[in-house]
Amino acid sequence: MMVAEAKEMEVLTISALQHVAYCPRQFALIHVEQVWEENFFTAHGQVLHQRVDAGAAEQRGNVRSERAVSVYSTKLGLSGKLDLLEVDVSGENTRYFPVEYKRGKPKVEDWDRIQLCAQAMCLEEMRGIRITEGAMWYWQERKRQSVQIDQTLRDATVSAIKLAREILLSGRTPSPVKEKSRCKACSLNELCVPDAIRKDNSANYVEQMFHQGVHA
Amino acid sequence: MKKLLNTLYVTRQETYVHKERDTIVINSAGEKLAQFPALTISNILCFGQVSVSPPMMGYCGENGIGLVFYTEYGRFLARMIGKQTGNVLLRRTQYRLADDPEKANAIARVMVGAKIANARTVLMREIRNHGEHANISRAVEQLGYSLKSCQFSQSVPQTMGIEGDAAATYFSVFNGLIRGSRFQFNGRIRRPATDPVNALLSFIYSLITQECVSALMGVGLDPYVGFLHQDRPGRPSLALDLLEEFRASWADRFVLTLLNRRQLSPQAFVTEASGAVRLTDDTRKQVLVAFQERKQEEVVHPYLQEKVPYGLLPHCQALLLARHLRGDMEFYTPYLIK
Ligand code: SF4
Repeated sequence: MMVAEAKEMEVLTISALQHVAYCPRQFALIHVEQVWEENFFTAHGQVLHQRVDAGAAEQRGNVRSERAVSVYSTKLGLSGKLDLLEVDVSGENTRYFPVEYKRGKPKVEDWDRIQLCAQAMCLEEMRGIRITEGAMWYWQERKRQSVQIDQTLRDATVSAIKLAREILLSGRTPSPVKEKSRCKACSLNELCVPDAIRKDNSANYVEQMFHQGVHA
Repeated sequence: MKKLLNTLYVTRQETYVHKERDTIVINSAGEKLAQFPALTISNILCFGQVSVSPPMMGYCGENGIGLVFYTEYGRFLARMIGKQTGNVLLRRTQYRLADDPEKANAIARVMVGAKIANARTVLMREIRNHGEHANISRAVEQLGYSLKSCQFSQSVPQTMGIEGDAAATYFSVFNGLIRGSRFQFNGRIRRPATDPVNALLSFIYSLITQECVSALMGVGLDPYVGFLHQDRPGRPSLALDLLEEFRASWADRFVLTLLNRRQLSPQAFVTEASGAVRLTDDTRKQVLVAFQERKQEEVVHPYLQEKVPYGLLPHCQALLLARHLRGDMEFYTPYLIK
């Protein structure tokens, strides 16, 4: 199914998957409505990525590290960049190990791991390999967290891709997320006005306005 | 909420506005008059003989800074528009609704309703603060009926008619809101104004209209395609739609404050040979300073229930209109005063 669709479909950027996983409405505001504030992307990670991008490939023992590696998948209709790809040639088969850099702390939720998984799936398609593990590097904690690229995560990733496509196709903006804590941390809050929309009181508001007149 | 940035009013004649790195510089006769960090400015309003360098224009276009030109006397001339930003889907929705008579009227009558409700509130406040007055009470009652018929208006022309009647009712008692005998208001006269009160009203409406244009463009709407006001080349119809709810609530009350606090004397205006009345240079400057101060004052937004400075109200309303057009909210929620 994905194969046929991806051909006519615009290629999704992998980084957009974290938006849809975080909040489908945020994804729509950024990618459909394009109402993001200029500084949205700068505020979110660009700075960190510059640092990561700067490094060239380096070799340590049997492990070669490549930075800012471009990946794509025609099957999934995805393209993006990997922060770091470690290629281990010590074993019988070459092992590929993707690493994604994040500011902040490890997240409980899936959205960062989905991005990593999407990268892994692109690599699998490009190299004809299977990737079982990758890692997140969290800047604030300065340590790696291993991520299993298992079926559950793969399913979640494919769902996120499907949801993103549905939103792009329909051009409709979903309702705000239930988790208000996400809105607090979301820099689109001001343009999204989640509270005004969660409880749409507009009918009542307008009714009251017109109602003033009768009690003149 | 978004941050309220400054508006730069350039009223001095024979001046040159240009960019030096990240600052906006104003020169006169080769001398530097003033310099501002570009990041703190959201609008540059030029009155009369003011020239602007092309790089400055480009910077405004790229960064969404409104660059507007007026005659020396404050009549709107032109606005510079950079490359189109925002979302084409939103604009398409706007055009589709504007073309659909029923849907256009659904928005138009809410906007006119807000205009009438606010005008009515201004009059009721007058009664509360200064005692019963037969004419004003009658006007309040009549506006109540207008408001009710507006709710059930069937078409945009009908809504327009209701709006016209309501405006006539309101302005028929407006003179009663001006204290003292220094200024007389005998009905609304546009282009050109032939008395100081009308000259002031026109000037403030024009300023707020431009604030509305900036706000609409900022949220990706097309300020030239309206629901209530029909398209006419060069007319910012949607901005004029948005202005309706700010007329009595913001503009008129501001003008009344200026007059009733005796901040302006009749000498603050000049009558030209044609009979047209305009503000003197000093008066215009004084009014702009007061207008800018008003923009900093905070009010609680009646729908968002959030404290916002007056100057951000056009932005809030543009945002709420966009959210309504996108289908997030069933109705457009205009700005209403208590
Ligand atoms: S403010 Fe909340 S609902 Fe709106 S985009 Fe952000 S996270 Fe989503």
